[in-house]
Amino acid sequence: MIELENVAYSYGGGELLSDISLKLAPGSFHFLTGPSGAGKTTLMKLCYGALLPTAGHVRLFGADVRGLDRDDIAQIRRRVGVVHQDVKFLDHLGVSENVCLPLTVSGRHAEAANGDLDELLSWVGLTNRADALPPELSGGERQRAALARAVIMSPDVVLADEPTGNIDWEMSQRLLRLLIELNKMGKTVLIATHDLSLIRATKAHVQARVLRIANRRVQLAGADL
Amino acid sequence: MIANMKYLRGLIAGDRQADRVVPPSGFTAQLTLFAAAAMAFLAVFALALSLAAGRLADRWGDELARSATLRIVAPLDQRQAQTDAALRILETTKGVASARALTDADQQALLEPWFGPDLALDTLPVPRLIEVIENDEGMDAAGLRLRLAAEVPGAVLDDHSRWRKPLIDAAGRLRMLGWISTLLIAAAVAAMITLAAQAALAANAQVIAVLRLVGATDDYIAQAFIRRFTLRALSGAAVGTGVGLIAMVLMPDASDAPGFLTELAYQGVHWIFPLLIPVLAGAVAFAATGTAARRTLRELA
Repeated sequence: MIELENVAYSYGGGELLSDISLKLAPGSFHFLTGPSGAGKTTLMKLCYGALLPTAGHVRLFGADVRGLDRDDIAQIRRRVGVVHQDVKFLDHLGVSENVCLPLTVSGRHAEAANGDLDELLSWVGLTNRADALPPELSGGERQRAALARAVIMSPDVVLADEPTGNIDWEMSQRLLRLLIELNKMGKTVLIATHDLSLIRATKAHVQARVLRIANRRVQLAGADL
Repeated sequence: MIANMKYLRGLIAGDRQADRVVPPSGFTAQLTLFAAAAMAFLAVFALALSLAAGRLADRWGDELARSATLRIVAPLDQRQAQTDAALRILETTKGVASARALTDADQQALLEPWFGPDLALDTLPVPRLIEVIENDEGMDAAGLRLRLAAEVPGAVLDDHSRWRKPLIDAAGRLRMLGWISTLLIAAAVAAMITLAAQAALAANAQVIAVLRLVGATDDYIAQAFIRRFTLRALSGAAVGTGVGLIAMVLMPDASDAPGFLTELAYQGVHWIFPLLIPVLAGAVAFAATGTAARRTLRELA
């Protein structure tokens, strides 16, 4: 699905990430952890083509990102659902329209008309917030709306960057259960988080691997976690 | 070609959903409309000026080049004899279609605006005028002057070239100024739309980032902006052109006294030209917004 080979990334002053090789196989569940500023978000961005590696190769669905034009990247984004820590919506449109946005921009808006949307909204528990505007949502509601938006295209991969960063424990548990369910439906899931208790809570339900960024490299964390 | 037509049809009909992804903007939209209308209004007059100056230059060039005037300056008792002699020469001159001596009544009418209706023309040594109309070949003015000098000592040939040339030059210059003004207006519209589109793109940076994240192509995002600005320029220019044309129709009619003012109004098929202004404004906006949008989008992730 997503493959990184000897990838390095630098923002100008020295390398933030170097010599990273990583392979997200279909149906796998990965956590990405490490201290703040270690490069978790950068690594996520490399995984959906928002950044190009300064060295090495990133392959998305078998294609090297350097050979992709902007339209190819747009096509890939339709197969990768992304949830940011700081979720952005179109603030002038209601929740249901925001959730449908990936369908709208890919010219498949009609598909949202059938029952899928209602089902999805009830799955993330936002049925009675469907007409609310994004600025009216609470932190947890925003994260769940973002998750719904990320999965409405039925993507192959779901990337979540600190999805539980702004919400309380109860809500993060709920969000995590949704991600686990997605993984059980066969989606590849990668979650960046610095919350170790979240990782422990998950491991009880799903076979998850933990990747840790340390010293600019990604290591497979031991079983002690 | 088919894809282009489909694209154009999509642009005109509009994708209601695509339109909604960019938030509506109230005040700046009205500014764009206003600027487009003002520019179109000016364009109506610049275009009229160009066309009128063109007509004027053509007419002066055409009519005056086809005619010449022969003045017979002679004592009253010899005037008729010299006139007859001059007419005989003109009849045999190659390139002259017709020659006609003006009658006393004609000359009286010509002088009336200057001397009033009570002028006793026969008491004054007014030269006799002969109006010469050339045919398509044109006549040899120098040769004619030589023949006249030998046989009609009092004849002076004026082929109008002395005062015609600066007039035609002036009209030509005026026409050029008109076209330059029209071009400048088009360029100003392009600049104004580019600035407005640039501002809209910058103001909607978050919207664009969200759209890119969920897999929108650049064309999809650009089209939402292009459509908006093209329609604004089109409708603004339509209003401006309409007001300009109304002003033109209402302009004081002075057709009895041929002057430059009456010439300014569009004539005949030229009325089609101002109707093209909104279409051109739309096309300019389409190109300007497209360029601005694609340039901005290329810089985003």
